[in-house]
Amino acid sequence: MPQHSPPQEQPLDEKLLQRWEARGVSRRDFIKFCATLTATLALPASFIPQIAEAIEDKRLPVIWMEFQGCTGDTEALLRANQPTVAEIVLDLLTLEYHETIMAAAGHQAEEAKSQALEKYKGKYLAVVEGSIPTADGGVYCTVGGDSALNIVRKICGNAAATIAVGNCAAFGGLPAAAPNPTGAISVKDAVPQATVLNLPGCPLNADNLTATIVHFLTFNQLPATDGLGRPLFAYGKRIHDNCERRAHFDAGQYAEAFGDAGHRQGYCLYKLGCKGPETFHNCPTIRYNEGVSWPVMAGHGCIGCAEPGFWDTMSPFYRRLPQVPGFPVEATADKIGVGLVAATAVAFGAHAVGSAFRKGDAMESDKVIKED
Amino acid sequence: MGKRIAVDPITRIEGHLRIEAQIEGGKIVDAWSSSTAFRGIETILKGRDPRDAHHFTQRFCGVCTTVHSMASIRCVEDALKIQIPDNARLIRNLVMAIQNVQDHVIHFYHLHALDWVDITSALKADPAATAKLAQSLSDWPKSSATYFKGVQDRIAAFVGTGRLGPFANAYWGHSAYRLPAEANLMAVAHYLEALEWQKDVIRIHAILGSKNPHPQTFLVGGMSIPVDPDSQNAINADKIAFIGKLLKKAKLFVEKVYIPDLLAVASFYKAWAGIGAGVGNFLCYGDFPMDESGRVESFYLPRGVIMGKDLANVMPMDEAKITEYVTHSWYRYGSGDKVGLHPYDGETAHAYNGPKPPYDFLDTDGKYSWVKAPRYLDQPMEVGPLARMVVAFSSGHAEVQATVKMVLDRLGVGPEALFSTLGRTAARGIETLLLAQKSELWLQQLADNMGRGILAVHNGDKWDPATWPKEARGFGYHEAPRGALGHWIRIESGAIGNFQAVVPSTWNAGPRDAAGQRGPYEEALIGTPVAVSDQPLEILRTIHSFDPCLACAVHVLDGRGTEIVQVKAL
Repeated sequence: MPQHSPPQEQPLDEKLLQRWEARGVSRRDFIKFCATLTATLALPASFIPQIAEAIEDKRLPVIWMEFQGCTGDTEALLRANQPTVAEIVLDLLTLEYHETIMAAAGHQAEEAKSQALEKYKGKYLAVVEGSIPTADGGVYCTVGGDSALNIVRKICGNAAATIAVGNCAAFGGLPAAAPNPTGAISVKDAVPQATVLNLPGCPLNADNLTATIVHFLTFNQLPATDGLGRPLFAYGKRIHDNCERRAHFDAGQYAEAFGDAGHRQGYCLYKLGCKGPETFHNCPTIRYNEGVSWPVMAGHGCIGCAEPGFWDTMSPFYRRLPQVPGFPVEATADKIGVGLVAATAVAFGAHAVGSAFRKGDAMESDKVIKED
Repeated sequence: MGKRIAVDPITRIEGHLRIEAQIEGGKIVDAWSSSTAFRGIETILKGRDPRDAHHFTQRFCGVCTTVHSMASIRCVEDALKIQIPDNARLIRNLVMAIQNVQDHVIHFYHLHALDWVDITSALKADPAATAKLAQSLSDWPKSSATYFKGVQDRIAAFVGTGRLGPFANAYWGHSAYRLPAEANLMAVAHYLEALEWQKDVIRIHAILGSKNPHPQTFLVGGMSIPVDPDSQNAINADKIAFIGKLLKKAKLFVEKVYIPDLLAVASFYKAWAGIGAGVGNFLCYGDFPMDESGRVESFYLPRGVIMGKDLANVMPMDEAKITEYVTHSWYRYGSGDKVGLHPYDGETAHAYNGPKPPYDFLDTDGKYSWVKAPRYLDQPMEVGPLARMVVAFSSGHAEVQATVKMVLDRLGVGPEALFSTLGRTAARGIETLLLAQKSELWLQQLADNMGRGILAVHNGDKWDPATWPKEARGFGYHEAPRGALGHWIRIESGAIGNFQAVVPSTWNAGPRDAAGQRGPYEEALIGTPVAVSDQPLEILRTIHSFDPCLACAVHVLDGRGTEIVQVKAL
């Protein structure tokens, strides 16, 4: 991630460095890793030693459950791609249960889950991927013969904290899209009394998960969140405000069709349906797959995957935002850019306006076919 | 008498799979495959913009990411008669090929390997002998005694920590493990190397698709990633070079590590060339169009059907002959549960009548799975790498024939060995090698187009729904890593009227049909030996040979293979 500042000259405990070396992690990689995490958490470099201390030998027991998901969030974690991050992640956590990777199967697998629940009661971290179906007694997702709803209540109810990874676990996601055939709900709705942090995205960006876990280890609490339970360090800013193509928006330069000259030259994708103006996520800053790219950089608009209900509120994905508050709609994209830069900046600058966008019915009127 | 067992969850796959089996005299005499999760995405799609479908369907699976986008886009393009630009064909071929290559390697090392490799024995290996073994198999540079000693030391350093993690309660020391300690150590080393490798090579998806998993540059009519040598915001010479470097890295690992390891491990498990045959019918839609027309005749991996293991007779594939049954699936059809419906007329009305959770066993006489039972000419069909390789082999595909023969010769077995658990695993390796080699051609052609000023990536003639007919329907094919994938769409007044997907694991994991015929997983398990009925290692071998999915997840926790040996410590 080139945008992160280089490691600072912070003295780290020599014995600590030696212990990591014995585990096959060079001191250079270790220091770099700590610096990267510190930057992702938006902390000053003076926190590096504290971060290093936090991840030393405190492997956090984790029970990772998947319900109505696609395993995309698990996959995403595998792409957390600093040269040695994946290795170090192993040492941050001890994964007591994760169906997709564990060697055991069947009742031996379920036994591992029960053992971890007892042994680490109130101390483990629960991670949930996928939504929880509630219709018809929870029959739409069972594991080991028990319903997702029963399992998530038991495991999240006894966890130190729960992280909902991906839009499905955080907000219901795709299974909850209209008409929500299985009564799918989010983790927080399934276990209201649990401490739940939401890391939406489809899938989530693994760097945000790593940073959250380290924050938890460092400060013994979850990071500060917005009103939707999302950590501010990752979801505090609007994509549109940090977009590398923002200057083209302000200048009124738009790609009008996929593959046209403007599209090839990296003009703003607003007219091709980009939902960056109403989506809060750090994609433009940290990107994906070792900072190689993100959707807007690759010529496709944002689809708003960090927002609740985006499958319904942001689609059709190739229609532009129908309305910027305060301006008469559709035909105004050019004007917004060229003539109304200042006013637009004000409109987009206010956090609350994002909610106004989301609640507006204007998106609905732009749909090809209205949902039931 | 015998014993009824249930393995739930089947781990190291994508999604939720349950196997119930009847064991008599140490062998499986009957088996039932059940999927235990339902999301209703086909229902959710109704009424939406057909151009959006690929975003929704890609989320069928995050491991087989890309594949449902491909099939969805193609079904809309088929319905609207859209011809995509040549650059879009080449970019899609590259995206599909690297998905296959990366996914297959991960399956071999991180999902399937633990069925054959007893990692706990790696600590007993002699590093010098391991080096000798590795050097006898390949000239891959990481093969010194020092290197293997380092891997062994790293593993040993973690043994004392005493926390099991995901390797608790596994089947280490099971009598069915056959590899010598040195082969186990070599496999562990390559397991770790493959973990690093997969993260690197999949950046091709980030360059061409914006991210992985769930790349976002697919479009009805082409791709949204622009091509322009004079722009930093497009595929340019720099990005071609980057992709080329990653493709080379992908190919080298497959040639020098994966294939030699596959042959070495297989040589210790030849008995499994006689186990797990399955239904013996194979269906392949074919893929990787080699010319701009995209016509079926140009596919690098050909389309076709083989029935009853008859390699002398490849039949043309006609998608009209596909039907789906719900006799034993938790759905109901308006015309009754005994009929099969073509996907265009498919229905997804869920009707769960299984046991109320928590439960011990399913009622397998009735409905017992969320997977429908697809049939071709009313026969169950296997799909996947083995289907693709036998169809290509029998179609006279020179490259496939040469590679299949090389593998069979090296193992000293005949073509009949292909129809087995081991054959399925070997076919996956053969295909990986061929696609890793072929990808460089597609990249070169993309660069050539760019050099000649051919920059189009999207055909927008039918982008506007106003240009569409009032009603249209289309079939979208794709050969995903796990097999033949089909999407069927009906477009009505600019919106999705009906959408049905028949995915590879539907074909392979499906339950019985109206005639009581078993699905491919179920059939392949018949006769499989089970040494210890509560340690279903052999069941996992045959089920994993189909790659029910979820390969990639294995690396999450496993970056250094550390916890693997902790099992031994306890």
